[in-house]
Amino acid sequence: MLKNALAALVLGSALIGGQATAADYAIDKQGQHAFVNFKISHLGYSWLYGTFKDFDGKFSFDAANPEASKVSVTLKTASVDTNHAERDKHIRSADFLNASKHATATFESTSVKSTGEGTADVTGNLTLNGVTKPVVIAAKFIGEGKDPWGGYRAGFEGTTTLTLKDFDISMDLGPASQTVELIISVEGVRQ
Amino acid sequence: MQWRNTSARYGLVSVVLHWLVALAVFGLFALGFWMVGLSYYDPWRQSAPDLHKSIGILLFAVMLLRVLWRLLNPAPAALSNHGPLTRLASKLGHGVLYFGLFGVMISGYLISTADGRGIEVFGLFSVPATLTGIAQQEDIAGAIHEYLAWGLVIFAGLHGLAALKHHFIDRDSTLLRMFGR
Repeated sequence: MLKNALAALVLGSALIGGQATAADYAIDKQGQHAFVNFKISHLGYSWLYGTFKDFDGKFSFDAANPEASKVSVTLKTASVDTNHAERDKHIRSADFLNASKHATATFESTSVKSTGEGTADVTGNLTLNGVTKPVVIAAKFIGEGKDPWGGYRAGFEGTTTLTLKDFDISMDLGPASQTVELIISVEGVRQ
Repeated sequence: MQWRNTSARYGLVSVVLHWLVALAVFGLFALGFWMVGLSYYDPWRQSAPDLHKSIGILLFAVMLLRVLWRLLNPAPAALSNHGPLTRLASKLGHGVLYFGLFGVMISGYLISTADGRGIEVFGLFSVPATLTGIAQQEDIAGAIHEYLAWGLVIFAGLHGLAALKHHFIDRDSTLLRMFGR
């Protein structure tokens, strides 16, 4: 009942506004309410967390028709930060990200499949270290609405697990560390 | 052998400092070259860089001492068979070696301290970070460190060859003087 009312409201406002059903959002880079984090096992004993500080992207989203959503993100691989300069230098090197050769990594969605209340599988092409492979991001809708400053925002979090070898990352960190979990948490400002 | 340099001979302090630095430079180069290729599970993976950094910091202290000693205690006069060109070349060559040494050590320090972390010296004391937070400081310093280190060992090799040339071809006492003779 409430959901229908909400859908009608969203649809209504879309019609009144005379715009397409799905609204376009830009990732809030200005206020940096967005994070591209990762975690990887250290020897199987603990989690190492890192982040990419410089990225940008956009998405389109309509709560009434989530499967029409689209998302694209581009990040600068050299902006990796794991709170340890020597490690960051190593991660940027040819052992891992080859940041001087492959300065950017991109994700471009190709399809979105709803998997439940506020959740969806976002399939798309990830280009990392010069290798493009399809990945599925398990995404979760966090919330949307007016912000206190006259804008309108929507936020999501998604995770996917990458096998380092799939992206030609040559460094072998041991059996417990063959994969890395990518955690993308973004807030978009409606344009 | 006397401690101080005289107008004709190097003293013990200068001789020991020279050969100590020579040993450290080639040792650190070999250690550095080897350690960057170690696998993640190699037992030396953590201790080799610690050793490299600790010795590097000590070398910096030794070099400061060496420069101070050189200022307080001038090097012997050039040999009489050395013409103006040889004297100029040797001055420039030694200048390049000093510049290279300090350049390599400072750039190395700037890699490890880029995030504000100090450098532990044999677990005895820590040298604090000073210059931090330059965008990708560790990468820039790392590239400088690598190129300068190669330049330094190549140039130090030429320096050694030049000494051998003096010894075997010119048959003068340039090399022997570096042993205090």
